[in-house]
Amino acid sequence: MSSRKHGSSVSWSNRLNRREFLQLLAQSTIAAQLAGCKSLSGDRADDLYEVPAFGDARLLHITDTHAQLNPIYFREPSVNLGIGDVKGRIPHLVGENLLARLPEYTPRDAHAFTFLDFSEGAEIYGRVGGFSHLATLVKRLRSGVPGSLLLDGGDTWQGSGTSLWTRGRDMVDACNLLGVDIMTGHWEFTYHEKEILENVAAFNGDFVGQNILAKEDALFEGVEVFDEDTGHVFQPFVVREVHGRRIAVVGQGFPYTPIANPARFIPNWTFGIRESDLSELVEKIRSEEKPDAVVLLSHNGMDVDLKLASRVSGIDVILGGHTHDGVPIPIEVSNSGGRTIVTNAGSNGKFVGVLDLKFGVNGVDGYQYRLLPVFANLLPADTEMQAYIDSVREPYIARLSEPLAQTETLLYRRGNFNGTFDQVIVDALRAELDTQFSLSPGFRWGTTLLPGETITMEHVLDQTCITYPETYARNMKGAELKTILESVADNLFNNDPYYQQGGDMVRTGGLMYECWPGAKMGERIRNLSNLQGQRIEAGKEYSVAGWATVGSQAPGAPIWDVVAGYLRQVDIVKLNNVETPILRGVEGNPGRSHKYC
Amino acid sequence: MKTLQRRRVLQALLTVSAVMALPIRALARATDAFSSKSVDNALTNLLGGLAIEESEQIKFKIPDIAENGAVVPVRISTTLEDVDRIYLLIDKNPTPLSAVFEIGPRIMPDVSTRVKIGKSSVARVIVRAGGKAYMTSKEVKVTIGGCGG
Repeated sequence: MSSRKHGSSVSWSNRLNRREFLQLLAQSTIAAQLAGCKSLSGDRADDLYEVPAFGDARLLHITDTHAQLNPIYFREPSVNLGIGDVKGRIPHLVGENLLARLPEYTPRDAHAFTFLDFSEGAEIYGRVGGFSHLATLVKRLRSGVPGSLLLDGGDTWQGSGTSLWTRGRDMVDACNLLGVDIMTGHWEFTYHEKEILENVAAFNGDFVGQNILAKEDALFEGVEVFDEDTGHVFQPFVVREVHGRRIAVVGQGFPYTPIANPARFIPNWTFGIRESDLSELVEKIRSEEKPDAVVLLSHNGMDVDLKLASRVSGIDVILGGHTHDGVPIPIEVSNSGGRTIVTNAGSNGKFVGVLDLKFGVNGVDGYQYRLLPVFANLLPADTEMQAYIDSVREPYIARLSEPLAQTETLLYRRGNFNGTFDQVIVDALRAELDTQFSLSPGFRWGTTLLPGETITMEHVLDQTCITYPETYARNMKGAELKTILESVADNLFNNDPYYQQGGDMVRTGGLMYECWPGAKMGERIRNLSNLQGQRIEAGKEYSVAGWATVGSQAPGAPIWDVVAGYLRQVDIVKLNNVETPILRGVEGNPGRSHKYC
Repeated sequence: MKTLQRRRVLQALLTVSAVMALPIRALARATDAFSSKSVDNALTNLLGGLAIEESEQIKFKIPDIAENGAVVPVRISTTLEDVDRIYLLIDKNPTPLSAVFEIGPRIMPDVSTRVKIGKSSVARVIVRAGGKAYMTSKEVKVTIGGCGG
């Protein structure tokens, strides 16, 4: 395809350097405080959501909303290291390093796309996302270009207490109300197969996945699939007509679901990247369906999508998710067939990607992409959606709103190593299960709390509510502890994105180590010791607490009960220290911020 | 009926691979190769001193990361002419040679099986065709899974 980026048509009003940005931020904070009103901060508020149509067809993209029905805060990472070929490449730029790569940005953009001065920015600009605000924005964007498609990259039906308790169904109905046309999945597959199929049946749009197949034995037994001959559990792609143009949307679910999450919930299904299958499928779609555009709705993660785009031709656009990268500018990747545009649309309902396509005689001839932050203060709640949200939460509201503690520290998870909320979790595990050390998974979901907020049960569930929440406390040899850390580090830092699983480094409690992200597997974790500096010995046994075991069900109480029990006693959370490893060999890596490290 | 057809095909495939695998195991050289503890040793047993060249005409499907190291699905096909053997080796397995397929003159060189892979390893396919040997390989990762929690 011959795609051209038509110069950024966003009316960026001012290009700022970091100092100017901070000055402006300070001024607007003061101004807002003086006026006792937050509308003064609306630098670009009036035209932020006015996106004039460009070209012939509009695709709206949300991903990884993690069932956040109401507006939340979400702090972007201050550490997101790119190692090897991806060093210094988007999405491995954080804070000022990302801003430096943007053509222009406003203070509001800087707040949306980075962690810089997060608490101050959050006070000014308020919460983000929320399905009723999202609904208002989607309606507005759709009204500009009738027939627009709304695509959802998955990780939508998991992430909140209500989604857990309704087994994802609260989100299926919310997505139907929102008008999601096509989706693929990942955490959707952490319910049981039967429940997943029921959810998909209740979903009004098309659920697509070219890389989700029934295992041969399962097909032999006659399990329910979309296509007996190919083994596809769901339809691999769908063709939709938009303004007389045929858009083929191919689904790519998270390739490593049965490895990163329990295979026991989905025993009959097998995943994988399936690059050559995808290549053949795109070729087949091109020749048989004669589409004007081929779009991959992907839950691969951005590094995998970038590699895939360089190796598979015939895809015009990859709308990506999984790695929760709020990437404001699309990346063009060259391949043997031309170029493929790759995007990633962040998480937690914080962003909506708007892709306008223009067609020429040979398919896509130009495009415009914007990643719009969803500021709840700027978008009135859609009344129908809000009524639905209120009704679906109603039976659970008492449990969700139970106050557990106050926080004086900004609490967040996202980042390559322990976030502050992770620190609370690993502290809780050690205290409640009485172990020397603790481990907690480096999920990229989990919302943010500002200093001064009350931590409720809902907030704890936002960090923990998975379908395999059981905790364990057991003895582990030092060697096993190191193997776990090495294995997860390789999932994060392997030089080849196809061998990464996404997610961040496992969070640790009571442990210190040096991390060498650029080293080989087995050599990344060095000088493992306890907090007193005593070396962990390979042959010695240590007591370790943890949760989220994928192999088999752990015996202990669910993690949210452990954390809630701890918080009720703590009363006030004030962290003086966050246990992160000493990083080696990554000096000058722009995946770290000067501001933070 | 679709279902029956698919099942019959699968059953037929299983039968074919069983029949193919048996007589090969009876061959002394192959037996030696199966018990070889190194790739080099196995290859010497299988190919003598035959030189091996890399080929892009072999299609080797195996996961990048195994969902279950105990049963890793493999599919091998090739457009090379006059194929008479397909070998599958997992470098880091205690005995790397995992499968030998004898391909008769009227058999399509398109086979599938499952292998056990103990730990992350290079997996390689060697095809003997027209008296020459061709190879392709791929890294397969076997991981503890989960997010380390």
